[in-house]
Amino acid sequence: MTQSVVVQVGQCGNQVGCRFWDLALREHAAVNKKGIYDEALSSFFRNIDARSGDNGPDIYKGKICSLKARALLIDMEEGVVNEILQGPLRDVFDSKQLITDVSGSGNNWAVGHKIYGCQYRENIVEKLRKATEHCDCLQCFFIIHSMGGGTGSGLGTFVLNLLEEEFPEVYRFVTSVYPSGEDDVITSPYNSVLAMKELNEHADCVLPIENESLFEIVNKIHQMINSGKLGSTVKQNSLVTSSAGSAKTLQEKPFDAMNNIVANLLLNLTSSARFEGSLNMDLNEISMNLVPFPRLHYLVSSLTPLYTLADVNVPSRRLDQMFSDAFSRDHQLIQADPKHSLYLACALLVRGNVQVSDLRRNIERLKPSLHFVSWNQEGWKTGLCSVPPVGHSHSLLALANNTCVKPTFIELKDRFMKLYKKKAHLHHYLQIDGMEQSCFSEAISSLSDLIEEYSELDATKGGPRIDASRLKIAV
Amino acid sequence: MSIVTVQLGQCGNQIGHEVFSALCSDIRGTHGLCSKKENESYQDSCKERFFCEEESGVPVARAVLVDMEPKVISQTLSMAASSGHWKYSSHSHFCQKQGSGNNWANGYCVHGPRHKEAIMDLVQREAEKCDRLGGFFTIMSMAGGTGSGLGAFVTRCLRDDFPTSFILNHVIWPYGTGEVIVQNYNSVLTLSHLYHSSDALLVHENDVIHKICAQLMNIKQISFRDVNGVIAHQLGSVFQPTHTAGGGSGYSRNPLGDLLEPLVPHPELRLLGLRNIPQMAQSSLAYSSFSWPGLIKHLRQILIANAQMEEGIDWQVRPPQPGSSMPSTNKPLHFNTSIANLVILRGKDVHSVDLGTFQDPSLYTSWLNPQDAFNAWRTPRAFNKYEKSAALVSNSQFLLKPLDSIVGKAWNMFASKAYLHQYTKFGIQEEDFLDCFTTLEQVISSYTNL
Repeated sequence: MTQSVVVQVGQCGNQVGCRFWDLALREHAAVNKKGIYDEALSSFFRNIDARSGDNGPDIYKGKICSLKARALLIDMEEGVVNEILQGPLRDVFDSKQLITDVSGSGNNWAVGHKIYGCQYRENIVEKLRKATEHCDCLQCFFIIHSMGGGTGSGLGTFVLNLLEEEFPEVYRFVTSVYPSGEDDVITSPYNSVLAMKELNEHADCVLPIENESLFEIVNKIHQMINSGKLGSTVKQNSLVTSSAGSAKTLQEKPFDAMNNIVANLLLNLTSSARFEGSLNMDLNEISMNLVPFPRLHYLVSSLTPLYTLADVNVPSRRLDQMFSDAFSRDHQLIQADPKHSLYLACALLVRGNVQVSDLRRNIERLKPSLHFVSWNQEGWKTGLCSVPPVGHSHSLLALANNTCVKPTFIELKDRFMKLYKKKAHLHHYLQIDGMEQSCFSEAISSLSDLIEEYSELDATKGGPRIDASRLKIAV
Repeated sequence: MSIVTVQLGQCGNQIGHEVFSALCSDIRGTHGLCSKKENESYQDSCKERFFCEEESGVPVARAVLVDMEPKVISQTLSMAASSGHWKYSSHSHFCQKQGSGNNWANGYCVHGPRHKEAIMDLVQREAEKCDRLGGFFTIMSMAGGTGSGLGAFVTRCLRDDFPTSFILNHVIWPYGTGEVIVQNYNSVLTLSHLYHSSDALLVHENDVIHKICAQLMNIKQISFRDVNGVIAHQLGSVFQPTHTAGGGSGYSRNPLGDLLEPLVPHPELRLLGLRNIPQMAQSSLAYSSFSWPGLIKHLRQILIANAQMEEGIDWQVRPPQPGSSMPSTNKPLHFNTSIANLVILRGKDVHSVDLGTFQDPSLYTSWLNPQDAFNAWRTPRAFNKYEKSAALVSNSQFLLKPLDSIVGKAWNMFASKAYLHQYTKFGIQEEDFLDCFTTLEQVISSYTNL
């Protein structure tokens, strides 16, 4: 069994991260009835005896003493991290796992990447080494951050770079929250594009998230609960947005519901690596199957179901509905249209009491309405994990490598160019040591190249399927 | 003679467990339908082949379990032990922490060499426990990373370390509509490498078994456990003891040799398909009765019409007319030409069954005598509660179309260079791929031109 380390950077990264740890504890508590520190738990948590550290007698008996998250919390302001440390999760984090400063990055990628990067480099490397030394077999780093600000975006991508340098064999999965068009941070296009270049070059997989999508999901759930249309009651802890049953039972903050969705994404992504099933799907398999060309590693994610009704027996019609929902825009975590674009690859990670025949039936059913690239017509990666998420009898996470991310990137590029042409706010960046005009031109060039790669693939869509002629053998 | 089984990867281990379970439950079953003496002889023979006695009296499977991550092996070990009727040895498994990531190159080039000593050590120990080693049976899928890549590497090591032993690879072909996106690459790499080290590849296709579960067994929500159960039943019907034609009154002492030597007369032609009849839900067995002529007739038509099971057989297909020497291109379409066949009959009145129709020369290619091309094994001892059952192991064109399809899809993907960086990262270059494609096109050509 392998371990993963989570690196949460900036305000957004830490808020999402906090929800992740909370829900992870809830999930393991639901599965792990005997209080034994098992392999599944060890993937994200260490087991410490508070009195005697790692070597207490109870550790070897396998009992859970005190769980510590395998995490690094980084923020250049203290507010968010302090709140976490005063909240119900304070015991889950070690004070030695934090790196904070006071003044923040002023929504400036250059401040995060160049100034704080340089300043905290050694400190970060040291803490990362410590975290990795506690791992038997480290497989993956998860970075959680936003793209539009200064710390998450700048320092977050600095850390990404660092991870590749110091731990080149370990996979780097990045969960990035992209800014919306009406983002109130004016320089968010600059920050995002500068960060994109780093993601292009140093990440193994990126899961882009858009707040708009999360917001719509939250609304959909509210409407559904309040409409009273459905005869049965909804199980509270099954809501993909809910913190019910977790440590945080006091006032929910406004972003909590949205952040819970992202937390659930990460839990589902890693479920087959942590728990057993009839067809396991490990993290290295996700990277292997969903990334046909090194730079095309942006995956559109969708989660279903968003909630479960209280009735227990689910007829297979509802099961099939779950598969259909995974391909509907209502369940996606970014605003994009995969159905009308080209699929390069698609992964379905199913949890709960679902069998291979259900999978096959639904793939057969949905396939005709989806466009797959000519060289990957049967491009499905499937996984079956026996343990369902809390509150559900089954769930599905779909990850698609689809050219529908292109419009998102084009929009980002356009917003960038609007500012850049007028050189608006540029001096805030260029006055930082190590920043030059070329950083900007290289970044936009990197983004343009990426868009071009997607365009080339799009051009093959709908054309006649020409099979490459086979090798001829002399008889 | 004993057979050492090597279970590789998630699929190999899951199926291996079902196979040993099926073998054990069959010999414990009282529905032998034969004399007590016969039954005891059968049980002893099976136990010698597949199990080893321990002081506790619980039979221990002669198996080595290999996987690059621990979850499946630990599940397999505990499931076997909890049955109470058999178990795996506690010292016969090897696992690591991080899997192969569905990457053949990772399995073959990285994990293989790294863990060769530890794995072959376990194999050596199992081999030494056998009074007489009859050969190796490896179980693997070709779609993933460990079973396929590490499996191909281990097969090569088996060939190097045991040059005179028989090696039979049981290979699972994945669902055509995709279980793993790079499955066609992994398949091409596996098949071409196995072709160089293995004696024969015994193939099961997930699509075919799935259909059997749906249409013959009437299972509504088919799980991998169900699929593996059918596969185990089919394998059991081949590997459980029988009397060979030439042998005396005892059970065959050389199961792998007896299987492989007649079926694989030519090194280019090593792909074996397996069919079994009848196949139905256990609950329906009590209400069904069969006649040998009916079963034999269906089995023969399954062979010549390339049917996957006893439903939906195309009865229009007929062998080509004898007397006219037809070049192979003129053979009637859809007719499945055989190189060699083996039919195994188990149960009531087996010795009275006439298998003359399987010796019809028009079924076979011209370069082997029909007497040599066809073999039959029989035992009066019924298998797995089926009063009468017949299995067919065939070296014929059964797998030609599926192989061609896999190679075609892999070639398309290769032409676009998709995913190649994932393989070159671990040491498999484009030239290596080309070699593999060449090998398989050769195999396809050989089978097409029968």
